[in-house]
Amino acid sequence: MSAHTSTFTFDGREVPFEPGQSILQAAAAAAIYIPHLCYHRDFKPHGSCRVCVVKVKGHMVAGCTTPASEGDIVESDTPEIADIRRNLVQFLFTEGNHFCPSCEQSGACKLQAVGYELGMLSPHYSPIYPDRPIDASHPDVLLDFNRCILCELCVRASGEVDGKFVFALAGRGITKHLIVNSESGRLVDTDLALTDKAMDVCPVGVILHKRRGFAVPIGQRRYDQRPISEVDGALAQADPKRRAP
Amino acid sequence: MVSDTRVGCTGLRGGMTTTTIDELLGRHGRDPTRLIQILRDLVLAQNRITPGDLTAIAAGLELPRARVQGVAEFYAFLGSGPRGRYHVLFSDNITDVMAGSGALRQRLLDAFDLKLGAVTPDGRLSVGLTSCTGLCDQGPALLVNWVPIPRLTPARIGAISALIRAEVPLAEWPENLFPIHAHIERRDLLLATPLVPGQALATAFAVGPDAALATLAASDLRGRGGAAFPAAQKLAACRATEGARVIVMNADEGEPGTFKDRVLLSEYADLVLEGMTLAAFLVGAHEGFIYLRGEYPFLIPHLEAVLAERRRQGLLGPHIAPLGGYAFDLQIHVGAGAYVCGEESALIEALEGKRGIPRNRPPYPVTHGYLGRPTAVNNVETLAALSLIVQHGAAWWRSRGTPRSTGTKLHSVSGDVARPGVYELPLGTSVQEILDLAGATHTHAVQVGGPSGTLLAANEFHRRVAFEDLPSAGALMVFDSSRDILQIVSNFARFFAHESCGFCTPCRVGTTLVAQMMDRLTTDRGTRRDVKDLARVAHLMRTSSQCGLGHTAGNPIRDALEKFRPAFAQVASLHEFLPMFDLDASLAPAREVTGREDDEAHLGQEGP
Repeated sequence: MSAHTSTFTFDGREVPFEPGQSILQAAAAAAIYIPHLCYHRDFKPHGSCRVCVVKVKGHMVAGCTTPASEGDIVESDTPEIADIRRNLVQFLFTEGNHFCPSCEQSGACKLQAVGYELGMLSPHYSPIYPDRPIDASHPDVLLDFNRCILCELCVRASGEVDGKFVFALAGRGITKHLIVNSESGRLVDTDLALTDKAMDVCPVGVILHKRRGFAVPIGQRRYDQRPISEVDGALAQADPKRRAP
Repeated sequence: MVSDTRVGCTGLRGGMTTTTIDELLGRHGRDPTRLIQILRDLVLAQNRITPGDLTAIAAGLELPRARVQGVAEFYAFLGSGPRGRYHVLFSDNITDVMAGSGALRQRLLDAFDLKLGAVTPDGRLSVGLTSCTGLCDQGPALLVNWVPIPRLTPARIGAISALIRAEVPLAEWPENLFPIHAHIERRDLLLATPLVPGQALATAFAVGPDAALATLAASDLRGRGGAAFPAAQKLAACRATEGARVIVMNADEGEPGTFKDRVLLSEYADLVLEGMTLAAFLVGAHEGFIYLRGEYPFLIPHLEAVLAERRRQGLLGPHIAPLGGYAFDLQIHVGAGAYVCGEESALIEALEGKRGIPRNRPPYPVTHGYLGRPTAVNNVETLAALSLIVQHGAAWWRSRGTPRSTGTKLHSVSGDVARPGVYELPLGTSVQEILDLAGATHTHAVQVGGPSGTLLAANEFHRRVAFEDLPSAGALMVFDSSRDILQIVSNFARFFAHESCGFCTPCRVGTTLVAQMMDRLTTDRGTRRDVKDLARVAHLMRTSSQCGLGHTAGNPIRDALEKFRPAFAQVASLHEFLPMFDLDASLAPAREVTGREDDEAHLGQEGP
């Protein structure tokens, strides 16, 4: 180990980093939680949700993709950034069809938990109400595209870990949507297996195991007791067993 | 000055005859990086891509099928959706709209009793909209099976209707429908200095790459595509890398209101290709691509002919004589309808046969570009200037412009002017001078640099187009006092919503929300809350988006709110909030089913 440890300043606190780490990765290692949705520690950051936005040298950048740099002064916990993050989460609620009270993932959903974390009280903007039919073709898996936030974690997991490419994105702009790898467009005609990594990474409630609804009662789910900043953040460092998948 | 460029209409209109997927893939060497070219050929041949085609292409290229589908559904010209045997797309650019595109479109639709976006029952005709076709100086324009027809009039629409009704093959349509004119209204250093093909190459070889780059650095030529990055610095950075370097000409001229690259490629192809060959020599690249926008297919036969001639003369290929036998060659990659691919890293993704999503940077393309190789992407105009600067020196270039903005700039002038066309003017020229040259009167507003640029009110026309004042990639759209600013901004908002790649949240959702709010404000459904939200969303897109498209998509909103505020106040209802739908109208189906029309069956609209 080198004698000199590189550091940057994060909200006034010195944070060490390893070469190649991004701001979010270095912050997470120091038990600092930055709200995020498309980032997952097992995958290369790709910076699409922008919820982890931080300010460096006067510019807003994605914390997950921006390399940590010696001496940088990074701002995160400011009213300006909180406002941007809250609006981005409102955007995600606005573009999908999110009905938390009837959603099987309520309480275990990162979108919902980050919304609470950021003090979001309503989606604010006129809902877009996209038409996103569900796919119940698979005997063991239900796909409810209404809740998709296009984080591409399932796409990345299926391609990079499972080597199957079951999921991909099609369309562009507001019509961008998740598709599956079959000519019929149905999940049953893909080679998805229940043991695939892609089954485990959805931060919301798109990819669901059939016949497993409400196995954990509402009130006892991951983010029901404590906010996501504690569950996925500082607490996760103190006790690795509490880490979010 | 109008010259008639009849480049290659027939070649394209001949299209492809029916083919098998296997033949098609074979013709492209079963190369996955050629996926967009393969899909484009398929659409040209059969006007649509079936789910089975995607499966066969995926199998043939050994790609996941979902990835092939993802690419096909990304690009406007490849996308699914119903298409007739004649697929007509009217340019929705604001200058086309101002020139009467809407009424002409309706005329065609009425002739076939058709709705926008639909197909006639016999599968003959479909009519839709497309973003700017790069023919703003001769609009309104349309594309029929990708082939542009400019200068539409009721008579020309009548002729087109008759041809479609008689199912005359596109190849047999009268020639007079197709010519694209090059309106060059003013020439300066770039357009008025002759260059013998090979001359600049010989000069560069004589002095050597280092001296040529030094000349370029001394000229302070900056990229003409909009980013204004010093050209010499980009080329030198690429030269300093290890690996098989690549030169790319960015001819994906997609900014609404811009058409100067189209004119450079049709009238000055030799100059541009000389610049590209020179750039390759300076960075040490042996391979190059021209990324040509999908709306300019009529340029392909012309460019291919010039390329062939240059190869014949030894100015391109394995042994370029004026460069002492240096090897360099290039191929044309044709885009498929995606504005975002003008962004250099999205362009590189498209060159690799992928969805045109801008990459995270660093690393930058000069070190990690096409297939991970060092890649220098340059605008057409930059490359044209490059060869002349190396030939005539830095002082020659600096004789025009300002100390911080050297040389000249091509402006594509369109809208409410007497003489639309390309104007080459020294940087530092004021907007008023350009308006006077183009014959603009009663000018109310000017959009400099296209929708992603700056909207100017009349009290700013003294401002100068220069990097230190008004940077511009070259579009200048003029609006006189008869035009409605909100309609203009709404049109731009629709454009950005259509062209957002959808990768990042702020741009994907923000562009659509802005388009919806502008739609409400221009149809008497706007509220004060919408006006407040417009400012908020524009700010959000500017600060937190991933790439330049998102950063600039809110510019027209920002400028209009700042400079034309009364226009918003006039239309935004005094209400803070209005219901999204008409309660009473929504009950109509229920009234019909129950056969009721009494007062009790109606609901009053509750306003605040």
